[in-house]
Amino acid sequence: MKIVWTLVKRELGAYFASPIAYVFLVIFLLLTGFFTFTAGNFFERGEASLAAFFGWHPWIFLVVVPAVGMRLWAEERRSGTLELLLTLPIATWQAILAKFLASWLFLGLALFLTFPAVLTVNVLGSPDNGVIAAGYLGSFLLAGTYLAITCMTSAMTRNQVVAFIVSIVICLFLVLAGFNPVTDLLVRWASPAVVDTIAAFSVVTHFDGLQRGVIDTRDLVYFASVIGFSLFATSVILRAHRSG
Amino acid sequence: MITIENLVKDFGAKRAVDGISFAVERGEVLGFLGPNGAGKSTTMRMITGFMPPTSGRITVGGHDIEAEPIAAKRLIGYLPENAAAYPDMTVGAFLRFSAEVRGLAGEARKRAVSRAVERCFLESVLHQSIDTLSKGYRHRTCLAQALIHDPDVLVLDEPTDGLDPNQKHEVRQLIRELGRSKAIVFSTHILEEVDAACTRAIIIDRGKIVANGTPEDLRAMSTLHGAVTLQAQGAMKEDLEALGRVEQVGEAFRIFPKADQTPAQLAQAVVDLVGRRSWRVEGMYSERGELDEVFRRITLPDTAQAR
Repeated sequence: MKIVWTLVKRELGAYFASPIAYVFLVIFLLLTGFFTFTAGNFFERGEASLAAFFGWHPWIFLVVVPAVGMRLWAEERRSGTLELLLTLPIATWQAILAKFLASWLFLGLALFLTFPAVLTVNVLGSPDNGVIAAGYLGSFLLAGTYLAITCMTSAMTRNQVVAFIVSIVICLFLVLAGFNPVTDLLVRWASPAVVDTIAAFSVVTHFDGLQRGVIDTRDLVYFASVIGFSLFATSVILRAHRSG
Repeated sequence: MITIENLVKDFGAKRAVDGISFAVERGEVLGFLGPNGAGKSTTMRMITGFMPPTSGRITVGGHDIEAEPIAAKRLIGYLPENAAAYPDMTVGAFLRFSAEVRGLAGEARKRAVSRAVERCFLESVLHQSIDTLSKGYRHRTCLAQALIHDPDVLVLDEPTDGLDPNQKHEVRQLIRELGRSKAIVFSTHILEEVDAACTRAIIIDRGKIVANGTPEDLRAMSTLHGAVTLQAQGAMKEDLEALGRVEQVGEAFRIFPKADQTPAQLAQAVVDLVGRRSWRVEGMYSERGELDEVFRRITLPDTAQAR
């Protein structure tokens, strides 16, 4: 575990070594601010909740998370440092876990910096802070899910742009499978059971529950299993890449 | 320290490494020679555990690289091709990271970093970020990373590539010095490095070992080995031909030994002949053989066939 922490520190250091991390944080906060207060009609809603804030996260993260995670493996492959990393006396899973955790922590920091939204809603009214906490948990898990998928696509290529686009496409599928306009469309051709099954694969279906303050084990299992699967797929891709 | 048995690596239908076996002991510096694409880097990547072999067995310090990768990798310091290093880190931060990830902490880490910095002459760039370094410094930084934990085994892929002649000289000297207490494998396609740093050399071509021996052994494979070159006033080709095959090189003659003749015997015979004829000698020397001639002779015919 100590080795994982050493690697996490290096990865986090890599984010803050350049101005990109700060630029990213500012952009993320501007985006969430704009969508919450302007596009989300935060004030017009007349309710003391952060529904307008969390509701946009599956869409904002769609662009933001792949941007954070795309360099994780692609950059190592491009610069040749992958060879350095994987010949260190560490197991491959430790490297995968460390990279994932570092980026996840970074996204966690970005989420943490949205705390003025929580303060605002607490000043204006008396919201259920338990619901807000569950919402943050959901957002954090959502970010982790997108991030694990980005890890996987990043390991496939030495080109960050390719990793970025492919992960957006995969995450978009995971969103759309449970997005109401899409499920409404699907109902016309398929039986409700099929549509429900498809929707069960969607992040939106599982994110909604947490957003409403319901912490359901099934939702947690969903996020954990997508993350677990994607990181396992990352290790398979890396092994295939190393074999030539 | 390193043993390799029947190592094979296929990339799809192409066989990059084809049944290589060798061993390197402590105190040996093994030069790994071969034309580009001969399988040098692939072999090194397999020794360091980056690439799994298609078949064959590699052990480092008694640990099988596939069965006990972490124990084996602990003993190895590796300089990959092109000396990759994290461009966003400073030299100091990169070396501290390398030490920490190798399990060094506190005072031990500090000592390891300062020793590596000293050995690779990096004091002046310690606080500079790696992407602003010149190629020579980047190379040395990566070399310092490989040395940081004072490993028993060093695997260096083209350690002098891209360095200026002074830096090349320093790195070769460092390799020779380190080679007294470690097992070192380094690849190169610069033949003079074999003389400058190796105790033994292996030439591989298209995945196979085509020569294996000390630099002297390899030189003995040269057609030139043992020939005597003589420049003397009054020397006659016809007279010399009694001693062996003669070739004219400029104003001098080169006499090649007969099959059963040692270089010393031939040299003595030439001296005797010169004395009998009273030629005035302007220059005379016994050829040691040229490595690049050997290299070309054993690696070229195959490439010609491939065309």
